[in-house]
Amino acid sequence: MTFRTLDRADTVPGSRSAPAPPRASASLEAQSVSAWFGSHKVLERVSLTMSAGGVTALIGPSGCGKSTFIRILNRMHELVPGAMLAGRVLLDGDDVYGDQVQATDTRRRIGMVFQKPNPFPTMTIRDNVLAGLKLTGQATSGRDALVEQSLQRAGLWNEVRNRLDSPGGALSGGQQQRLCIARALAVGPEVLLMDEPCSALDPTSTRRIEETIGEIARDVTVVIVTHNMQQAQRVSDQCAFFLAAEDEPGRIVEAGATAQIFDAPTDPRTADYVHGRFG
Amino acid sequence: MAATDFDVPVGLSGDDIPLSVAVNRSPADRRFRLAARASGASTLVVMGLVAVFLAKGAWPALRIAGARFFTRTEWNPDAANGSFGIAAIVWWTVMIALIALLLAVPLAVASALFINEYAPRRLRRALTALVDLLAAIPSLIYGLWGRAFAGDALAGVARWLSRNAGFVPMFDVRGDAYDSSTFVAGVIVALMVLPIATSVMREVFAQTPVAEKEGALALGATRWGMVRAVVLPFGRGGIIGGSMLALGRALGETIAIALIISPKYVVDARVLERGSNSVGALIALKFGEAGSTGLSALLALGLALFAITLVVNFAASFVVARSRSGAGVEA
Ligand SMILES: Nc1ncnc2c1ncn2[C@@H]1O[C@H](COP(=O)(O)OP(=O)(O)O)[C@@H](O)[C@H]1O
Ligand SMILES: [Mg+2]
Repeated sequence: MTFRTLDRADTVPGSRSAPAPPRASASLEAQSVSAWFGSHKVLERVSLTMSAGGVTALIGPSGCGKSTFIRILNRMHELVPGAMLAGRVLLDGDDVYGDQVQATDTRRRIGMVFQKPNPFPTMTIRDNVLAGLKLTGQATSGRDALVEQSLQRAGLWNEVRNRLDSPGGALSGGQQQRLCIARALAVGPEVLLMDEPCSALDPTSTRRIEETIGEIARDVTVVIVTHNMQQAQRVSDQCAFFLAAEDEPGRIVEAGATAQIFDAPTDPRTADYVHGRFG
Repeated sequence: MAATDFDVPVGLSGDDIPLSVAVNRSPADRRFRLAARASGASTLVVMGLVAVFLAKGAWPALRIAGARFFTRTEWNPDAANGSFGIAAIVWWTVMIALIALLLAVPLAVASALFINEYAPRRLRRALTALVDLLAAIPSLIYGLWGRAFAGDALAGVARWLSRNAGFVPMFDVRGDAYDSSTFVAGVIVALMVLPIATSVMREVFAQTPVAEKEGALALGATRWGMVRAVVLPFGRGGIIGGSMLALGRALGETIAIALIISPKYVVDARVLERGSNSVGALIALKFGEAGSTGLSALLALGLALFAITLVVNFAASFVVARSRSGAGVEA
């Protein structure tokens, strides 16, 4: 753990010159993950490998457990009262649910962007970006450079560079979502989870975020939940199709290269879903 | 807001003039507005009547005392050459309330946060119920308890404080009596207002948007970090509101304080020393035996408390309205 803290300081250089490149992305592997809310089982033995530096799209109808799955990956699931889970989640080979691992460390290494933009509304744009560093007590020298770099990566810098001190809540929805991406990137995560990040946004903002994903995917492993098939095709190189039969927990029906899932799926249900022939 | 309220930009050209929009309310809407306005107005009317009644009753005493009503410390309105003023009484009232607030507010914030953010779910329900129950205990019980049991222990604390920190003017004590003091009364009033303050703060903290809390936690924040970054800023209105409610009750507290303190009519800073005073307690104690000037003087004293409470409340609602939780602003 100590090493991790030291590593991380590298992403926040002491000088105002160009910040060091973010740390390398990590692979994420879910092994036989099941989940419950109380006695209601919502995921059944889901296994999926999300390779380092790739973009994995999770698709499937509403209620099949995609959000639950993604929240298990960074230990947000356990915050829900009555929520339980089984299985393992390996981040670069280490189980994030291991005895020695702290949830806060895992969440710092695996960032998350939510469906509804949730910047801290009264904090300034700058403080929003720096919030993760403050919250995790990391070194905060070279702040200005980090703010600029993070906003650049999230594709928001040009729009807000002159009003970094206005509150985050005053931005448009699409800008707020990109601010949330910048906020997540600023702590230097190895993985970024995005749960339907564009579902509340207009087409232009959606485009901007897709471009952002394309750029950050070079140094962060991205896992994105989306209901938009075109989006999945545009941004991901891997795809997993989730499905929950009536009164049954969700499972992965099929996973593989995005091209294969869309052009030559092996399961007829996948074909039906990706071609929009699904209820 | 009618469109005519807008600042009409200079140099409006041609037909580019803001519409004045006619508001066409439905009958139900109109009836509701009328009822709401009437009940709102009746509150103000009642408050106004109280103020008028007090002012009228207080007038004779105020005329006798003049401006010295605010500066005198003794209270002998019915004596032959009686002089009286509210300085000492109001001073000690405020001191008791401040001590109570100083102790109760941090404790209330901590309790509210513990119940909401740290306690396991079942304990949370039990504690919430307990706090509401404590809030319902009559202040008389607190006063009796403070006088019969807690007073001695608190006097011990006061003795220790004055022996070890007596160089601080507030902790200085002349003589050797530590009971029936401002400090003891302040502590008991703190315990008395703690439940209601906790309850108000807890309810407001509970309104913190889950999305923002999760946003902080997802960045790797500890629970305390999340509380500091999200819950406390959001709950500012609740903290202030709860504190003001507590302050209001502390300023107006009568019976508990009357049971604890022994009256003194000087203004000094020695809160640990025996003797204190309080508007409510004094009115309760003197009302029965008061002559006509005495009665008028007590009403004037009541009017002063009324004014102080009003000012405090206006100040509070001003601050609360500017905070997110108070204004109910949802991004
Ligand atoms: N907080 C919760 N409490 C109880 N049940 C929940 C909760 N969140 C989700 N669920 C249930 O879990 C199942 C999966 O939900 P979710 O993971 O949100 O699906 P998706 O993101 O694919 O739409 C649904 O049946 C939903 O009703
Ligand atoms: Mg979902």
